[in-house]
Amino acid sequence: MSQSSVDVPPKGGFSFDLCKRNDMLTQKGLKAPSFLKTGTTIVGLIFKDGVILGADTRATEGPIVADKNCEKIHYMAPNIYCCGAGTAADTEAVTDMVSSQLRLHRYQTGRDSRVITALTLLKKHLFSYQGHVSAALVLGGVDITGPHLHTIYPHGSTDTLPFATMGSGSLAAMSVFEAKYKEGLTRDEGIKLVAEAICSGIFNDLGSGSNVDICVITKGNKEYLRNYMEPNPRTYVSSKGYSFTKKTEVLLTKITPLSEKVEIVEVAGEAMEE
Amino acid sequence: MTFTIPIENGNGVKNAEADSQRTLYPYVTGTSVVAIKYKDGILMASDMGGSYGSTLRYKNIERMKAIGKHSLLGASGEISDFQEILRYLDELMLNDNMWDDGNSLGPKEVHNYLTRVMYNRRNKFNPLWNTLVLGGVKNGEKYLGMVSMIGVSFEDNHVATGFGNHLARPILRDEWREDLSFEEGVKLLEKCMRVLLYRDRSAINKLQIAKMTEEGVTVSEPYSLKTFWDFKAFTNPTVGAEGSW
Repeated sequence: MSQSSVDVPPKGGFSFDLCKRNDMLTQKGLKAPSFLKTGTTIVGLIFKDGVILGADTRATEGPIVADKNCEKIHYMAPNIYCCGAGTAADTEAVTDMVSSQLRLHRYQTGRDSRVITALTLLKKHLFSYQGHVSAALVLGGVDITGPHLHTIYPHGSTDTLPFATMGSGSLAAMSVFEAKYKEGLTRDEGIKLVAEAICSGIFNDLGSGSNVDICVITKGNKEYLRNYMEPNPRTYVSSKGYSFTKKTEVLLTKITPLSEKVEIVEVAGEAMEE
Repeated sequence: MTFTIPIENGNGVKNAEADSQRTLYPYVTGTSVVAIKYKDGILMASDMGGSYGSTLRYKNIERMKAIGKHSLLGASGEISDFQEILRYLDELMLNDNMWDDGNSLGPKEVHNYLTRVMYNRRNKFNPLWNTLVLGGVKNGEKYLGMVSMIGVSFEDNHVATGFGNHLARPILRDEWREDLSFEEGVKLLEKCMRVLLYRDRSAINKLQIAKMTEEGVTVSEPYSLKTFWDFKAFTNPTVGAEGSW
């Protein structure tokens, strides 16, 4: 250890110090640990009055389904929502972080958040991590300038589109969109098309499955339709479902309210501060 | 993909020659082929492009050919291997005709032959770099099957190769029915080919549709699909946020 070096804390952004050592290890045959991926179908589309976002609900860990009913549509602002594909931890963390930043910004400016603000914050963060934050996002919302829909790739590039799909099921969903999208869709037509695209991903892609979540954002209003469609219900052999064996019998029920037995003393000055 | 298995037969010079004869990568390739069964037989669509890596080199390649009276073969992948397969099938048909017994090879038989050829080549680490679609009608029975370059073979009501598996198959799974008429079948295939045209970088807007019925094979003249690029959000994407992208 050199005596003349000064310990300066890192200034932020990704530290590439260990990359050479990681390269050497992989060359020697060490397998890098794998991540929990969402293996997903996420879509967004712009309709007459706003934006509709859709997502499936399966989270995979390699070949295993880790979560059958996870939430992939994340809250960013009252008028902005974001679907995330890729590594689950990355999408959660990055959308949470930008959601907080947007809130602070709203307090400071006194105005509703704009979709391009969220877009710029997300893309700056992802680019600075050079693609190592594996989050592919579909960001949609309605602000004072109108409805917007963007896709953001892990390396930080963005697209502004009338309809977008991301994730492993993106090709199956995109084939539905390319065949059936029109401008000026009504709310019901839009929801039907989004549900169809997500179902196409659910049934034709192994990384996507379970239920369909939908979020409809219009001017001044949003509707989060969790589990809008459940095309893969759990089925039981018997129509009554599972019936448990006879439980232990209840012989006596006696209810004793605890406030009679316990004395609660409020000590002035020690109460929890606000 | 490189196959580097050392051939130990004690003759160094012959090894080098043997190695240079094996297929390592495809050079001139065709993109997807999509095919469906319909009321009267089989409908198959493919575009006419042959790509040389990322260059669109040839724009007039017919990737669907009639085999005998009862079958239609479509191929994606290496074009020279497709032409070799046509030569094999020619020889097969010729030998069959020489029996002169009034019987002729139907689609099931041709499919089986192709499966054997592809699988045996793969076992010798010298594959024919194609995914083949074999359709046909014989004695009123419709048949539609597929063989891949490693010898995976199966039959189904609708098949697609390459990108068609990801983009066309979902649409076909949703919208295919047992009793499609010719017009409905063509419309369905065109829907799939249009999506492929938008989203496959090696697809071109010049396609043929082939029809196979009990009467025989007709391959249409090449034509192109109408495309729509005028969504407002494509022409002016950064409305409300000038300067961003």
